[in-house]
Formats: sequence, structure tokens, C-alpha cells
Amino acid sequence: MKVVYPHMGHMWICVKAMLEYLDVEVVVPPPSSKKTLLLGVKHAPEFACMPLKLNLGNFMEAAEMGADTIVMAGGCGPCRFGYYAHVEHAILRDLGYRYQLVVLEPPQKHIGELLGKIKHITGHQSWRRVINGIRFGYHKAEAVDQLEKMSHYCRPRETRAGATDRALQSALREIIAVDRPEKLPAALNNAMGMMNAVSLDKQRPVLRIGLVGEIYTLLEPFSNLDIERKLGGMGVEVDRSIYLSEWINEHLFMGLKKNKGGSKLAKQKAIKYLGHSVGGHGLETVGSTVLYAERGYDGVIQLLPFTCMPEIVAQSILPRVSTELGIPVMTLIVDEQSGEAGLVTRLEAFVDLLARRKQTGKVLA
Amino acid sequence: MSATVGIPRALLYYYYYPQWKTFFDHLGVKTVVSRETTRAILEKGIKSTVDEACLPIKLAVGHVLDLKDRVDYIFLPRIVSTARREYICPKFLGFPDMVRNNINNLPPLIDNNMDLYRKGSSLYNLFYMVGRYFTHNPASIYKAYKASMESLHVHCRDMEAGRLPFETGGKDNQNYRTRDGGVHDVTIAVIGHPYNIYDRYISMNMIKRLWDYGADVVTADQLTETAFRREAGKLPKQLFWTLNQRMVGAAFYYFERPDVDGLIHVASFGCGPDSMTGELIERYARRSSRKPLLNLTIDEHTGEAGMITRLEAFMDMVRWRRHLDDVAATL
Repeated sequence: MKVVYPHMGHMWICVKAMLEYLDVEVVVPPPSSKKTLLLGVKHAPEFACMPLKLNLGNFMEAAEMGADTIVMAGGCGPCRFGYYAHVEHAILRDLGYRYQLVVLEPPQKHIGELLGKIKHITGHQSWRRVINGIRFGYHKAEAVDQLEKMSHYCRPRETRAGATDRALQSALREIIAVDRPEKLPAALNNAMGMMNAVSLDKQRPVLRIGLVGEIYTLLEPFSNLDIERKLGGMGVEVDRSIYLSEWINEHLFMGLKKNKGGSKLAKQKAIKYLGHSVGGHGLETVGSTVLYAERGYDGVIQLLPFTCMPEIVAQSILPRVSTELGIPVMTLIVDEQSGEAGLVTRLEAFVDLLARRKQTGKVLA
Repeated sequence: MSATVGIPRALLYYYYYPQWKTFFDHLGVKTVVSRETTRAILEKGIKSTVDEACLPIKLAVGHVLDLKDRVDYIFLPRIVSTARREYICPKFLGFPDMVRNNINNLPPLIDNNMDLYRKGSSLYNLFYMVGRYFTHNPASIYKAYKASMESLHVHCRDMEAGRLPFETGGKDNQNYRTRDGGVHDVTIAVIGHPYNIYDRYISMNMIKRLWDYGADVVTADQLTETAFRREAGKLPKQLFWTLNQRMVGAAFYYFERPDVDGLIHVASFGCGPDSMTGELIERYARRSSRKPLLNLTIDEHTGEAGMITRLEAFMDMVRWRRHLDDVAATL
């Protein structure tokens, strides 16, 4: 059995660690690229959102590398993602791929359904080892998130262009190379050392922008045209509303690990504008925007794939949040038609606007 | 002077209007339904909605705007779920907020939750909360609720008996189906959301046109709940959208029926659930049925001429295919 799972940013690092710890053979598809997207677009339903198309492309590329089992998360609505695994499987079957499908999702009748699926993937490992494997994966996710956060801080302040990216790459390699849980703390230390070695100009004035929106487009740099790096290069410190480890903690561990930033506060803040959860991260998008405004950020960018339902609800509510709290909000919609130049133009204009706003604000004060 | 409550002629109006009307009638509350869709109503809706929203949402906003200055309240229940462990669509969940945050000077919205997601939940929760706006007498709310459930059942039975939602109830709806008395030699199943296929403007009178072309029309709403759920159970995973469960179930059902000659799947541009179920239906059709399937996607730019051309071509194909089958049977 060779297991493949779709790409979502750096998620592959922690899932790979978890599965290989449990002696499962893993095929990591090549990073999402234009080719992946083209494959997906060709065979996916036209109005499905971009994550489905990229997932499909990932699976097709992985099949060439010998993968035969898909492991994917599911869900029970109302966001479409809950049904993606099955639609993708049906498409792949019609194309002649022979994939076995294992969907990890909240069980419909009995918890045994989920446990049975985990047993099926891991073979006959003890539950203790399975839990250790999951913890290992989770800790890797935490480590990766920490490095990413450091890179967000460094990028706008670096004195040599590109130094942060190079440091981040080697730091991530350090984390990827870890194959046993007990080696992880030392590797993380090492990696953080690399990030700290980036020479910075700490006095430089930077703008701060919060990124909110749909989880896939936030986490997958290919889908958002590397927005974090682009903004960093324009002298903007970025904060993301969703980090993988927080998401795992909240959705898979049911908030087992306390005192970890999460969406609870954001959800409370959103209630004033949006009275009910709308699936996906719609509620968090609204709430995080409120939070960023309260924390004095200069602006917020909402990212969503075209036709994403929960985010469209959020998108139509954000203008009100923006006027009431006085924080500029820009919505960026991405799909297979998105062009890099168009995105850069819009980002530059937005950043200019924020910079000018900050300046005049200071003068008035 | 009793209060007036406005009900937009959009979204789930087609399923629940008789129930809502009965309920308000029993409480002595006057109801006003927004006018039938026109270009102007749609334009107004488009202007007040984000571009990415789907056509039904834009249209519903237009209907809210149509009611805005004429009523004391607008009845816009937040339709979370109409069946256990199922939803309608994220946009339904956020619709009252989308309206409230985009339109100024609205009359108060009655946006209590209609939520049957959990086991043991009942519609009474919704109606009790709504009733409290107008009376403090729980007994009269309960009586109104009972009566409203009765009219919901009558409505459902009527639909199952083959009448279309706009034909049940009110007298002004009766003469819509001006039967031409001509021969109806084929039967076409029209599969789509009620707010797409029954709205005469949005669907460009598709059902009437099909009648004129000599076709009988069946829709998903003529199936009982058990029937469409049984058919939809063929899917590897149960769908969590009630309306799409109905559409897929009906599509599978009509594919099997020998007396149905073709299917038309109507989706609105940008509809999330439709993009999934449309794909499933199409794949099913290709794999295990010989029946013609027409996939129509409609949005605010759809032109009437294009629609007519496609419908005519489809009808020709249906008849042609059937003729071939007849010939094949005699060989």
C-alpha cells in the first residue's frame, strides 16, 4: 500500500512524519504547479473550487509515482469539501485510475468507523504507537508554524533580499529530516537558530496586514501566488488567521491542548455581524477581521477560491466591518485564471494605500 | 391596524409559502408577497449583492428590496437545516446577515433559525419565536402552528400528486397551466432547485415552453421523501444538502423510469452544491443510462434565444432517440 494525500502548504511535512513513523509507505506528490492545476482543471467540474482541482491534479501526478491509496479528510457540511473525496474518486475511476479511497471524517453512526479506517491504513500497529505517531505529526506542524511565523517577522525587515527565504528553506529541511520524536526539539532549536541568524533592520517601519479567508488558499502558496512572500518583499509584516497546528488542535483534538491560539475568540467577535456558523471558515474570517482591527493592524486581505460558498457570505459582510471599525479590507479571489501581474498590481496599490493612510494618520495626530 | 409581514418570493418560498401564510393568517397578521420577478427586481438585487454570490441569492435580495418600503417586518428565517444532519447551503445560513449588512433602512427582519439538524428538534421552535413578535398567547401560537403544519402537509401532498408549487393553493395560480389540449408525447424530467425552475423569469418560462413543445414535465418535487432518499442512497456517501439530495435522488429515479424520455438539469452559475451533484448526475448518466441529459447553467446574463435553441435541440434529440429505439425494437 502506497499512500498519497493532497498538498496543502507544508501539511505534507507533518503527515509524512506521522505515517512514516507508523511504517506506512508514503508518496508525496510533486509540489502543486501549473501542470497540477491544468490536469485538475481538465477533468474537474467547472464550478468546483480550486482546491478540488489541485487535489485532483496531485492524485494524478502521484499515480505516476506508484501511489494506490488516497487518504483524505472529509466532513459533514455545509462546505463542499466534505464531498470532495468522493467526487474526486469518481472522476479518477472514470479516468481509469485504480485508487483505493480512505476518508477520515466524523463517523456517521459509530466511532468504530473512523477507528477501523485508521487501523486499515496503519496495519497492525498498537493504538499507543498510533497516538504517538499523531503526536509526532502534530509537533512537527507546530514547529513548521513557528518557523513560518518567524519568517513573517523577518521578511519585511531583512537587510539582504531573499535571506529569509533561504533561511526558511534550510530550517524546514532540518525539520523534515527528523524521523524520531525525541530528535525534534534539538532540530527545532537548530532551525530557529538559522532563522535568528538572518540579519535584520529592526528599526525599519513596516505595515502589518492580516490574512483571513479560506484555509486552503491561505496555506497553499501555489494557490495564493505566494502572497506572503510578495507582501513581505513590499515591506509588510503578515499575520495569518489560520495556522495548521491550531487547526489540527481545534478540529482533530477538539481543543485538547489548551492556551493555543484558536478561533474561539474570533467566533465570538463575529457574532455581531454574522449570527450563525456558515461552514468552512466564514465565521472565522469575519471574526478575525474584527480582531485584526482591534489589534491595530493596518489592513486585512481576504483570500478565497472562486465560488467558495462560506467565504462569499463573509465577503458580503466584510464591507460593514470595514466601515464600522475603520480598517481597509481587500478581497482577493483566486482560481485557475488568476494572473501574477494582476495580483501584484492590486497588492502594490493596497499597500500604497495603507502606507499613505498611516502617514496621514500620524500627521493628523 | 395589524402588522404586515413581507415574504420574499424567492428561495424556499416555493416549499413553505402555504405554511407560512397559514401561520400568519391564524395570528391575524397580514402577509405581503413580493411581486413576481422582473428584470428590475433582479437588477436591484444584483446591485446590492457581491458579484460572486449566486443568482438565487441576488434575486432574493432583489425581492427583499421590493418589499422593503411596503411592510412592517420581513420574514427571512435563517434556514439552517430542514432535515436531520443535513444543511441547505452555506449561503442560506448567512442570508439574513448578508441582507442586513448590505441594505440600509430595512424594516425589522424576522430571522429566527429554522433548524432541524439535531435529533428531536422541531419546527415549533421557529414558529414559537416568530409568533412571539405578534402575540404573547402561547395557545394561539400553538394553534396557528398546528394549522400551518396541516397546510404544509396538504402542500406536499399536492406536489406529490403532480401539481407544481405555483399551482397549489391560491386561485390566481390556477390558470397558469393553460393546457393546449394538444398531444403530449414525451415526458421530460426537470431537475433543479425550486427557486430556479419555478421562477418564471429566471427559468425563462422553461416549464411552460416544454409544455408547448408537447412534453409533460415531471420534477423532483413529485417524489415522496422516502423515494428520493432511497435513490440518493446509491451514492457512496450521503449528501449533506437536502435540496441536492432530492435532485440527485430524483435524477436517479427518472433515469430508471421507462416513461421518462429525457432529463434537464438546471443549475445556477456559481452554485456550490450544484457543481458537485451536477457532476455526479452527469457521470451516472454517461455510465449507466442512454437517456439524453441537458445541463443548463443559468445566470443573470443568460439570453432567451440561447435557451430556446438549446431546448429545441434537446427536444429534437429526445424524439429522435426515442424513434430510433422504436425502430430497434421492431428489428
